[in-house]
Amino acid sequence: MTAVPDRVHLQLSVNGEPAPVSFSSYKTLLEVLREDLDLTGTKHGCELGECGACTVLIDGEPVLSCLVLALECEGKRIETIEGLARGAELHPLQAAFTDLGGSQCGYCTPGVIMTAKALLDRNPDVSREEIKAATAGNLCRCTGYLQIADAIERAAADMRDERRRSERKS
Amino acid sequence: MKKSRLEVVGKARRRVDGRAKVTGHLKFADDLSAPRMLHCKLLRSPHPHALVESIDTSKAAQHPGVHLVLTRKDFPVPFGIMPVSIDEFPLTDHARHVGDPVAAVIAVDEQTADEALRLVQVRFSPLKTISDPEDALKNPEPRIHDYGEQGNIHRNQSYEFGDVEDALAKSDHVFEDLFFYQGNTHLPMEEQATLALVEGDGKLLVQSSTQNPHYLHRQLARVLQVPAAKVRVIGTPNGGGFGGKCDPANHEMVVAKAALVLGRPVKIGLTREEVFYQHRGRHPVLMKMRTGVTRDGKLTGMHLQTLLDGGGYGSHGPASTFYTGVLTPVTYELPRFKFDACRTFTNKPACGPKRGHGTPQPRFGQEVQLDKIAEKLGRDPAELRLGIVNKPDSLTSNWLRIGSIGLAECIREVVSRSDWKSRHKKLGFGKGIGLACSSYMCGAGLPIYWNKLPHSGVQLLLDRSGQVTVFCGATEIGQGSDDVLASIVAEVLGIDTGMVRCVTGDTGITPVDLGSYSSRVTIMMGNAAMEAAEKVRLQLAEAAAEQLETLPEGLVFSQGQVFHAGDTKKSISFVEAVAFAEAKFGTLGSVGSYTPPKPPGKYKGAGVGPSPAYSFTACVVETEVDPKTGWIHVPKIWIAHDIGRTINPVLAKGQVIGSVYMGLSEALMEEQAFRRLPEKLSQALVHKMPSMLEYKSLTSLDMPEVDVALIEDPDPNCPFGAKEVGQGPLLPVMPALANAIYDAVGVRIDEIPVTPDKVLKALELKSKGLAPRVGPEHFPSVPYPEPIFVVTPQEGGDGKETKKEEKKRAAAAVV
Repeated sequence: MTAVPDRVHLQLSVNGEPAPVSFSSYKTLLEVLREDLDLTGTKHGCELGECGACTVLIDGEPVLSCLVLALECEGKRIETIEGLARGAELHPLQAAFTDLGGSQCGYCTPGVIMTAKALLDRNPDVSREEIKAATAGNLCRCTGYLQIADAIERAAADMRDERRRSERKS
Repeated sequence: MKKSRLEVVGKARRRVDGRAKVTGHLKFADDLSAPRMLHCKLLRSPHPHALVESIDTSKAAQHPGVHLVLTRKDFPVPFGIMPVSIDEFPLTDHARHVGDPVAAVIAVDEQTADEALRLVQVRFSPLKTISDPEDALKNPEPRIHDYGEQGNIHRNQSYEFGDVEDALAKSDHVFEDLFFYQGNTHLPMEEQATLALVEGDGKLLVQSSTQNPHYLHRQLARVLQVPAAKVRVIGTPNGGGFGGKCDPANHEMVVAKAALVLGRPVKIGLTREEVFYQHRGRHPVLMKMRTGVTRDGKLTGMHLQTLLDGGGYGSHGPASTFYTGVLTPVTYELPRFKFDACRTFTNKPACGPKRGHGTPQPRFGQEVQLDKIAEKLGRDPAELRLGIVNKPDSLTSNWLRIGSIGLAECIREVVSRSDWKSRHKKLGFGKGIGLACSSYMCGAGLPIYWNKLPHSGVQLLLDRSGQVTVFCGATEIGQGSDDVLASIVAEVLGIDTGMVRCVTGDTGITPVDLGSYSSRVTIMMGNAAMEAAEKVRLQLAEAAAEQLETLPEGLVFSQGQVFHAGDTKKSISFVEAVAFAEAKFGTLGSVGSYTPPKPPGKYKGAGVGPSPAYSFTACVVETEVDPKTGWIHVPKIWIAHDIGRTINPVLAKGQVIGSVYMGLSEALMEEQAFRRLPEKLSQALVHKMPSMLEYKSLTSLDMPEVDVALIEDPDPNCPFGAKEVGQGPLLPVMPALANAIYDAVGVRIDEIPVTPDKVLKALELKSKGLAPRVGPEHFPSVPYPEPIFVVTPQEGGDGKETKKEEKKRAAAAVV
């Protein structure tokens, strides 16, 4: 077994940009994102993999960043809430969440939005049941989940429209 | 001149802080950091009840990276949210529950602090554990606290409004029921965090996930013995509060002290396990209700007795104790009411305010008992309730003034939408539908500490850019208070909420608002905001009138313009109006404040329960119960809430659905329950479920469809008539669920949560021909005091307490 050094330096890929970072090797991806890269948009609710607040995307898949060691993430594509908006314009999920009450206190919001993004990137033609199943691991104490599902449904419709428009153009 | 219709209020809008929440910009307390910041960890007691005999911190202090170790001796002054229960030290030498902090380590990082915690050597001397209220009543010694009524009784009180025994004796029926409501916790997604530092001006800044920066500010000044003007508290946006961040907390005091001692920023973030220890959640309450009814379904009187498990500290307990009774007469006409309440100390994390504060427990009992009453009288439960709803502009038997009341409309709405009449008692075995109602206060009529000052203050600042900045001490905990503030100001000034910048929850720069509790913010902050905005509008109107060559009274503020009412072609923009006013009057600003009306009751204790207005709710729950497994499925819930006036329907609906969610989750599964460790493992009283995995709550897959109706019956005491919506809609959900289960399978579960094992047990009893009920079997003997007797308003009382001998005379005079 190779010994793991106390501190590691590596280059992560975060939101499409290279992110060189040096950190203690025991740190989770969540900790490195928040503490070493100042990306505090990703939240923590338990650090035990129970609540879903820390969800980020790794290679397009939703992952609990509190259960992943950062040093395992070299060479992988990491996406966080900070990278979601298209310049100054909100992503359809972000717009729908804030228009339809999908976000109240906002603490679970980044995790749910990232979970939903993975779902809709795979298939924007989702049913309400699929939305509920995909977000069942993201706890929320404010909304009662219904307005979250409403927001994801609307974003899915908006993304389908976008896709159709861009197909027509090309 | 008033606009003919509202332009902002009542319109669905993106909330003012919405964008920051979905982009990750919003900074919660744990998202903050500062140069040279140190980290704090707390050493917590493994014993439920123990004295610290000795504590040796020398090894911990020498651990590399450790800057400071603190213990009880560093904190000579105690704190507590209520002046009558100042019973906590930031670090204790008398542990009153597992998790009570006894030492703190401040180090370069969390890891180092954690390592050093293990080097703190504490010798505990365990004391007998008091595990529940019956235990507390039986064992006056050892005392958990050396104050309170006696032994381990914290609060003990009794009130009688009119002769209740007489009323019960004259009733056609008297219903006697026992109910139990298990404790549960807030479980906010955000774990509490605090960052304390000394600012450049030498003053202390504490940024914390608190619902009540003002009360924290006062307690910090007290504990640290620093003038309040040298302490600044910023209530960061809370990642959910629900009452759990109302109490000033140990960790806040500790990091503030450490920052002062070290002159460096010190931060703490609680772990999820520690959040369970901080608790301050729903009190477990045992209840006995004796209610008199006439044969035509009118209530004649009620004797309610409650017994609360308070946990290890006072917290908001004195208020919680009152709230297990005082709002009982607000929903329905209850001519006489007697209320005994007792709160005991036990060796568990302290209970306090959780959404509905003390009221969900008796509401559960009251509404299930009404279902039993309707059954016995052969009446439809909705019709029975419609016959007894309180009248508008009336006084309850315990001297609470009710203003507007839209309850009857709420009941009719859910009855119609759920097709109640063709479904209740008609769905067949295994399917059922249940109804319950409730009422709640729109802000506590009195502050937590005695004073004659305003409850909420708002300050406006306008300048030639047209920007309107609103300052208010209110705290955004997710409920949307910033949006309410911006909306009210925008409506009065005829502008868009995008023109308004909210600066809130900062005791260093905002006027005092007492905090986000008791559903007070929309009403109190809103009234203060209206006053401030109306004042500045007068100035703007005067300046604009000169330009438009008309009278100020003839101007309308609408859509970012100031119009001449008689000739709408004559107008200037709002921005121009501000510039003209600034030229005419100098720098523009205004203030508004709000103090609730004086409570009508004059007896000792009359201060708990009065409110400027009350909200009302009716709810129907549909259930499917599997008789083989006891499994409960809830496909749909209908709810109608008398909100007075909706400020932003997206947010209001969100509050209602969120309340339904939290109520249903409590009704079905949430439990802050404890167990004893085995003898060989110290027998400590520990959490059954101190994690989010084991502490069950509903997920997106469990959540039923919810049909929401907002009933608008504007209340004259409220801004634009808007009443509360954050807590009231939770209250009827639990009893409606229990009533639906009775309709489905004919069993009564007289305790919360209603779990499959209880349903199965009741069905088993039913199959054996025994009473098909699961619930508490006995109510212990509680040494309630002689009641304070008050003649009711209807019987000619003056609101003051009466001597015992006058009691009969007063009653006789009416008869």
